Amino acid sequence: MTTPLAPAPAGGAGAPAAPEAAPAPASPRALALHRLRRQKSAKAGAAVIAFFVLAAVLAPVLTAISGTTPDAVDKKAVDPYLGGLPRGSLGGISPDHWLGVEPMLGRDIFARLLYGAQISLLVACASALLITLIGTVLGITAGYFGGRTDAVISRFMDIMMSFPSLIFMIALLSVARDVNRVVLLIGVMSLFSWPYIARVVRGQTLSLKHREYVEAARASGTTNRRILFGEILPNLTGTVIVYVTLAVPGLIGTEAALSFLGVGIRPPTPSWGQMISDAVLYYKVDPMFFVLPSACLFLVVLAFTLVGDALRDALDPKGGRT
Amino acid sequence: MIGFLLRRLLAMAATLLAVCALTFAVFYLLPSDPAAQFCGKDCSADRIQLVRQQLGLADPLVVQFWHYVTAVFAGRSYGTGPYAVQCHFPCFGYSFQSAQPVWDLMTDRLPTSVSLALGAAVLWLVLGVGAGVLSALRRGTWLDRTLMVGTIGIAALPVYFTAMILLYLVVTVAGILPYPRYIAFGEDPAGWVTNLILPWITLALLYAAIYARMTRNSVIETMAEPYVRTARAKGLREARVVGRHGLRPALTPVATMLGMDLGGLLAGALITESLFSLPGIGKLFADSLNKADQPVIMGITLLASFFIVSSNLVVDLVYAWIDPRARLS
Repeated sequence: MTTPLAPAPAGGAGAPAAPEAAPAPASPRALALHRLRRQKSAKAGAAVIAFFVLAAVLAPVLTAISGTTPDAVDKKAVDPYLGGLPRGSLGGISPDHWLGVEPMLGRDIFARLLYGAQISLLVACASALLITLIGTVLGITAGYFGGRTDAVISRFMDIMMSFPSLIFMIALLSVARDVNRVVLLIGVMSLFSWPYIARVVRGQTLSLKHREYVEAARASGTTNRRILFGEILPNLTGTVIVYVTLAVPGLIGTEAALSFLGVGIRPPTPSWGQMISDAVLYYKVDPMFFVLPSACLFLVVLAFTLVGDALRDALDPKGGRT
Repeated sequence: MIGFLLRRLLAMAATLLAVCALTFAVFYLLPSDPAAQFCGKDCSADRIQLVRQQLGLADPLVVQFWHYVTAVFAGRSYGTGPYAVQCHFPCFGYSFQSAQPVWDLMTDRLPTSVSLALGAAVLWLVLGVGAGVLSALRRGTWLDRTLMVGTIGIAALPVYFTAMILLYLVVTVAGILPYPRYIAFGEDPAGWVTNLILPWITLALLYAAIYARMTRNSVIETMAEPYVRTARAKGLREARVVGRHGLRPALTPVATMLGMDLGGLLAGALITESLFSLPGIGKLFADSLNKADQPVIMGITLLASFFIVSSNLVVDLVYAWIDPRARLS
C-alpha cells in the first residue's frame, strides 16, 4: 500500500535516472518498456513477484537451511495445556521455527508458506497460460472467420459466462475423482476463465481485420494462416499480455478461495487458502498464524495487479492511461 | 421492443437449459454414486438399492434429465408406497439428508443473501462511484493519486482478512456491534442494519475499488466529449455540466456492471457468508458441500445461474430502453 502508483507524468518526475532516458526510443516495444521502467509501482510489484517466485522455486533449499519440512509434526512446539497453542510469543517464533508453528500439530509455518507459494503460483500461472492459449485461439478464430464459426463460439462463450463460476467450480471439484488435485484445479479454473479473454481477443480481431495492412495482405493473396500469425497475432500480444497479467491475481484468489472451502488443494499439501481456513478458528488467540498467509496472499495479488496496471498503461496507452 | 424481448427470453431459456443439462451431466456422469451419497456414510447395500430406485437412478440419463426438468414445472414424487415423498412445484429436487425439498431450503435462505447483496451493493456504489467521480474531477492531484493507490491496495485485501480484522476490531476490541447474525428487516430494521453492516463492508471493499476505477475512466472519457464542451460554452454552471451532461452517460457502464455483479452475488457470497456464519444461500451451499448433499448443490447451481442470466437480461433491457440502437444487435 505504500508503493505510490504515480502514473509518471511526461516529465518523468521522480523517475530514477535511466542512462538512455534522453533519446526517444524508436520501436513501440522499446517505448512500452521505457514507459514501464518509469513506473515505480510496476518495479515494486515485479520485485515482490520475483521474491515469491524465488521463494517458491528455492523452497527445498530454504527449508533445508531452516531445517524444517512442511509436513513434520512438532508436538514440542505446542503447549497441550493451552489447547495446543504454540509455545512462546508471536505464534511460536523460535530459532527452530522462523515464522512460528501451527497450533495443534506444530507444523512449521515458514516451510508451509514456501510450499504454499509453489502451489499458488503454479496453479495461477499454469491456468493463466492455458486460458491465454484457449482464449486467444477461440477469440481469434471467432473474430477472423466470423459467420457461423463466430456464432457458435460466441454462443458457447455466452453459456460459459452464464455459469455461476465459483459455485460450479466447487460443485465440479467436489464430485471429481481424486486424481492430481493441482492438475484438476488448473483445468477447472481455466474452464471458466477463458471466455473473458476470448471476448476481448475477438473484439480486437474484428477491428484489426479491417485495417488496411490486413486488407492489403489479403489482396496480395496471402493465406489465412499467414495473415493470422503474421499480421493479426502480433498486434494482439499487447492486449493479451495485459489481460493475462490482470487475470493472475483473480486466479490466485480463486485458488485460495477453493482451498479455503476445502475443495481445492487437499491436505497434507500446503496451500495458503487452506492455511487461512485453519487459521480462522485461531485468529484471536494466535493472530500470527492467520496474518502470515493472509499477508502473502495480499502481497502477491497486489503485486500482480500493480504490474498488470502498469503494463496496461505502457502497452495500451489509450485504455488505462487517462 | 416486444420482438427483442421475446428473442432475449428465448435465448435465456436456451441458456438455462444448457446450464441445467451440463450441471446434470456433471453430477450424474461423474464417478461418485449419487445413491450412496444421498444415503450417507454407513449405508447398507439394500438401502442404497432402495434409494437408487426412489431417485429413479435406474432410468437412462436422458429420462432422468427429462424428469428433473419437468419436475421444475410440474412437481414430482420420489419413490412409491410408504417411502414416497412429495415435491411440489417448483421442484428443484429433494434433499433426503434434511428431508425437505431443495426449493424450500433455498427460499428459506434467500432473504439473507438478498439483504447481504443489496446492502453491500448500496455501500460499494456510494464508495466506488463517489471515489471515482472525485478522482476524475480532481484528476492528477494528490487526492486522485491517493484514491487510486488506495483502491488497488484495498482490492488486493483477501476477504478473509478484511472480515476477521473487522470482527476483531469492531466486535471483540471495541464491542460497538454485536457478532453478526441475520435479523429479518421486517422484524427489526435497526437490528438488520447493525448485524449486517460488517458483512456489507467486507463485500463492499472488495467491489468498491473496481467501481471506483471504472467510474473514474468513464467520467474522464465523457467529460472530454464535445457535448460537454458545448454545455460549458452555453454557460451552464460546472455542477450542472457534471451532473446532467457528464455523469448520466458516464454511469451507464457502471449500471451494467452492477447488474451483473448483483446477479453473481445473490448466490455467490459463499466465503463472506461462511466467515460471518450468515445463513444465506452461499452458506447453505458450503454446508451441503460438506455433507455431500447433491440435490441441494445442484439446485443452488441452477438458482445461481438463473440469477446471472436474468440479471444479464435486465441489464440488456434497461440498455435497450435507454438506447434504441442496442435493440438491433
